[in-house]
Amino acid sequence: MTDRKEHHVMSAVNAADLAPAPYAWQIRATGLKVRAGRTRMAVDGLDLSLGTGVHGLLGPNGAGKTTLIRALATVLRPAGGTLELLGESVGGQGGHRALRRRIGYLPQEFGYYKRFTVREFVEYMAWLKEVPKADVPAAVQRAIERVGLADRADTRMKALSGGMVRRAGIAQAVVNDPAVLLLDEPTAGLDPAQRVRFRKLLQELGTDTCVVVSTHLVEDVAAACTDVVLFAEGRLVFQGTPDELAAAGGPGHVGDSPLERGYSALLLTPGRTGGAW
Amino acid sequence: MSAEHVAARLIDDYAHGGPDIAADELWALEAHLEVCRDCRARLSAAVAARAPAVTALVDTVWTGLEPRLAATAGLPRRRRRPAWLSAWLTPTTVPWLAMVMSVTLLALLLDLAGPGTGYGSGPGEVPLLLLLAPVLPVLGVAASWSRGLDPAYELTVSTPRAGLPLVLRRTASVLAVVVPVLLAGGRLTGTTAAQWLLPCLALTSATLALGAVIGVTRAAVALVTLWAAVVLAPALATSRTPLVLHTHGLPVWGLILALATGVVIARRGAYAELGAHR
Repeated sequence: MTDRKEHHVMSAVNAADLAPAPYAWQIRATGLKVRAGRTRMAVDGLDLSLGTGVHGLLGPNGAGKTTLIRALATVLRPAGGTLELLGESVGGQGGHRALRRRIGYLPQEFGYYKRFTVREFVEYMAWLKEVPKADVPAAVQRAIERVGLADRADTRMKALSGGMVRRAGIAQAVVNDPAVLLLDEPTAGLDPAQRVRFRKLLQELGTDTCVVVSTHLVEDVAAACTDVVLFAEGRLVFQGTPDELAAAGGPGHVGDSPLERGYSALLLTPGRTGGAW
Repeated sequence: MSAEHVAARLIDDYAHGGPDIAADELWALEAHLEVCRDCRARLSAAVAARAPAVTALVDTVWTGLEPRLAATAGLPRRRRRPAWLSAWLTPTTVPWLAMVMSVTLLALLLDLAGPGTGYGSGPGEVPLLLLLAPVLPVLGVAASWSRGLDPAYELTVSTPRAGLPLVLRRTASVLAVVVPVLLAGGRLTGTTAAQWLLPCLALTSATLALGAVIGVTRAAVALVTLWAAVVLAPALATSRTPLVLHTHGLPVWGLILALATGVVIARRGAYAELGAHR
């Protein structure tokens, strides 16, 4: 009997779980500026603090949601201000290797390899995310089961429907058990039943993770988010609970639901210019 | 592992369901059991000896489960693709490598077809393979790290493994495939490796260096175009070995290689961001 393999037994509680978090907010931005392309400042002086929970990032098209999420995923370098993720300052030349291991990211235009099966794809992403080799099969299976693709795990990606591909994308985002999960328009292409299941998954993830979901669907926010971040022209317009957003709207504002009326009330305040849409 | 093990009394209590073990003791006991194989063995012995109810329950479950387990087919674990392969090459690189190979073979065939059928004649004829060898790996490098050719570019670039090590790993695997084929082809056409190997490495590193600034795809397109205009076209037109491929040009290529390597190292952060994928 040897003790050499003992450390492969997965422990229910390990030192990292018990360690106190050295930060107050998972995401903290002050005066954050991020460029999209060469000149346009898509995020322009944003102050934002996000903790554990599901945060719905809401805003009109072109508000800078994708640019902000990319900056949070550390693939775009901030042009100004400070951004702290999990207590670590982002910016400069560093690769943020240790930080990225704790981030999950689903881009809006989510590309994949058509010839890979779902399992191969998630395994490949787990390798890229430096999940310890011994944990990969279990982590992959868990992620695939979480998004309800277990029966399709050995189907090639090109044979999946749009909604299933999106779910495979969510599976790769959660495969490394991230502390910060960034989802850019994850509900696009999901049918209503899948959307309901997805919201459940979001609520479940939001109990111990900082989840940022960008969306333009107000009803997603109402159903799944603990917190709404309303974002327009690169700046924070409103941050609060969905109820507070609903309270901002009156009967005179455009919209079919209280949340939509609150949304249009906050975005159409005087002084804000824009097109008819 | 740890020098201290659980007392026999505690293990017995635990085997009975542990109604009177204090919560803190229980926690410590379970945390220890997770990491200590010896104590787990003692626990299973204790269960077998002293808790017949538990043993009977486990046996019942097992007898109920066994026929169903036998009937269930195992997962078809047929691996279509070895895991180490995707660690070295992206799936999108493979077609590009195939293309590079066919270009090499075509050039080789044209060279072997010899004078008369080729583009030039006489003793001064330049092997087409020599003219193409330095730029062929550039195409493979472009395919392994570019936004337009790799559908999962944004996913890849956001991962902890993204960055210079991954770029170099993929570049090395492209070179490992292309260079031996070129060497073999060179032997057949009578070209010495000294003439093209250093230009080949220099252009590859120049692609990466330029790629850190303007994006790898653009860098590859720019360098291949430059090569075609400055070296390939004049050489085909005049049927003379271009100046840059003479052996006394080697120090210049060495300088380019050193400079490009320096730029790559200095700008290594750029490979972990979206810009370098353009």
